[in-house]
Amino acid sequence: MITPLRICGQLVVIAALFATVAVFADWPVYRQTPPGTGIVMLSFVHGADRRAECRRLSPEEIAKLPPNMRRAQDCPRGRRPLYVELDVGDQVAYRAALPPTGIAGDGPSRVYQRFVLPAGQYDVAVRMRDTPRPEGFDHERMGRVALGPDQMFVIDFRSESGGFVFR
Amino acid sequence: MGTIRRVLRRGFELIERPFDRLFGPALNPVAQLGALGFFFFWIVAVSGIYLFIFFDTGIERAYQSVEHLTTDHWFHAGVMRSLHRYASDLMVVMLVVHVLRQFAYDQYRGVRWFSWVTGVPLIFLLYASGITGYWLVWDRLAHYVALVSSELLDWLPIFGEPIARNFISTGTLTSRFFTLMVFMHIAVPLFLLFGMWIHILRISRPKVNPPRLLAVLSLLAVVGVALWKPAVSQGHVDLARAPVEVGLDWFYLPLYPLTDSWGKGAVWGFLGAFFVIIGMMPWLPPLRRAKPAEVDLAHCNGCARCAEDCPYEAIRMVPRTDSMAFLTEAQVNASLCVSCGICMGACPSSSPFRRTEELRTGIDLPDHSLKALRERALAAAAALPEAPRVLTLACEHGGAAQQPGVVALPCVAMAPPSLIDFILSRDLADGVAVAGCAESACYHRLGVDWTRQRFAGERDPYLRARVPRERIALIWTSALATRQFERELADFRARIAAPPHMAPRRQAAPIVPASVQNGTSAPAAAAEEVPS
Repeated sequence: MITPLRICGQLVVIAALFATVAVFADWPVYRQTPPGTGIVMLSFVHGADRRAECRRLSPEEIAKLPPNMRRAQDCPRGRRPLYVELDVGDQVAYRAALPPTGIAGDGPSRVYQRFVLPAGQYDVAVRMRDTPRPEGFDHERMGRVALGPDQMFVIDFRSESGGFVFR
Repeated sequence: MGTIRRVLRRGFELIERPFDRLFGPALNPVAQLGALGFFFFWIVAVSGIYLFIFFDTGIERAYQSVEHLTTDHWFHAGVMRSLHRYASDLMVVMLVVHVLRQFAYDQYRGVRWFSWVTGVPLIFLLYASGITGYWLVWDRLAHYVALVSSELLDWLPIFGEPIARNFISTGTLTSRFFTLMVFMHIAVPLFLLFGMWIHILRISRPKVNPPRLLAVLSLLAVVGVALWKPAVSQGHVDLARAPVEVGLDWFYLPLYPLTDSWGKGAVWGFLGAFFVIIGMMPWLPPLRRAKPAEVDLAHCNGCARCAEDCPYEAIRMVPRTDSMAFLTEAQVNASLCVSCGICMGACPSSSPFRRTEELRTGIDLPDHSLKALRERALAAAAALPEAPRVLTLACEHGGAAQQPGVVALPCVAMAPPSLIDFILSRDLADGVAVAGCAESACYHRLGVDWTRQRFAGERDPYLRARVPRERIALIWTSALATRQFERELADFRARIAAPPHMAPRRQAAPIVPASVQNGTSAPAAAAEEVPS
């Protein structure tokens, strides 16, 4: 027997269930990093030099090639790994040789790293080597960073801007 | 697997019982999860179309347009936003509980593998629909979702440049991004709807609409919740600030925090393992199937009742292939047949009164034939204790299946109504208890409905009017509710123990094959019933 009272009871039960769902639609709050911390992001995409210099082919080598594929130089596709270092304060935060992307290893190297640090002042130094030189760096930038709570400080590299960019 | 299933089933039965009492079996929301899922999809679709009128695709304008509709037009667009949000969450709830319930009641193996397997991509599509929706609001939660989603995608060695770089500093994101997201937020739900259609393709009479009263109550409830707790944004995106504290939607984003604690590789591993395992579950282990139903053309008149009643669309009517003067005959698709026997119960030839030399019917189960059923009923009746003698025809998935002396069937709708008539008119028992599954959880979906309708004279084949209804009890209990069955059976025994219903015990007439009597056998219908 369906009575108005029973229908009201059914509505109350359904509404209570739906209200429970609505509560968990944005609660409890999730905190990704501890309070009072900020994030330093090291993120860029850059291609290092090719693994080897282009080599001029000898006339014999050129003659061995099919007529439609003959060329004067042989340039290997593969790129070198990119060497990157990041110092935050007096500590090395990141140091890595980043391999090139792509199946043939001819794509740019990429880095996307996040560092959660307590808010405060930091001396930041970032260095990168993208040429065959055995030591030293081709690009470098140092600076003092005031990292606020929940702030996202991004270290990017843009060759068109002349090197590392702090944002 | 079996232990997990039993524990879950116990849990569901504990939950469903109070719902059954308050709502009744027909309205019980726990038994309408699939239909409610469809219902919430339509709410999401209609509210989404309405919201799209107000939405503006642009880095700044996206957030502003959502704020405009939420605050300035809260009384219509704001409510629609909340409906859109909460109905989406409710879809996830319906999906999760639906999956668990199908698993708990073992309704995912055998021929049901198709619905189960086609349901697996729906999980992915539903989550993809919801997550793309969160990006569009472009608030702090959207920033968080964008960052974590793209970081997860970047973990895969597919993209050359990290997508997440677009969301960590200004100047890299353009308004076209929102155009792309709008396209995805429309396209993915369309694929979801297409998948939902495929999901129910093999189901006969799928419940895609909840009962009207339940739909109205659900709509009222979700509108009430939308007014009580409107869905709001969590502040405009500031790409210079990390979205470190957000109110997560725990229905759509429960895995996102795990990327911090587990790592992205582990989350991908978990997702991969989850989808592989859940996709293979119908075969872990596979369901042992009895032999499928077989049509005996000599007893089939092409009435199509079996095809009408089959819950699995395993029977279709095809042009007659023999010389009988009927247009069609039943044809069983063995790969779809679960051997529930409902077709046998629907066949007008399935009459235990028939006196053929070997009792045959138009459509029969080789492992549970009509002849065997009659013999089992006769044997069980002979073993009944003194009055009141109650013979129980029990569904093997219900609460009476394990009781001593019952005649267990794959489904109670396998018992043709004439069997009840036969038992009572031959005075094999003083009463017949037809004990099926719980009303809101019929293992073969339609067995409870068909039995009730046949007994009520609303569906062929009818229970004849001459059968005294007071000597029949329909008892619907789940497999674990054995005490409830015993209680209801005791009540029934007490009812029929009253003198007016106690018919004097008579000697049952012998069943003489008709061919022995007159050398003929009817091709269909209960032509040789013996009046009581």
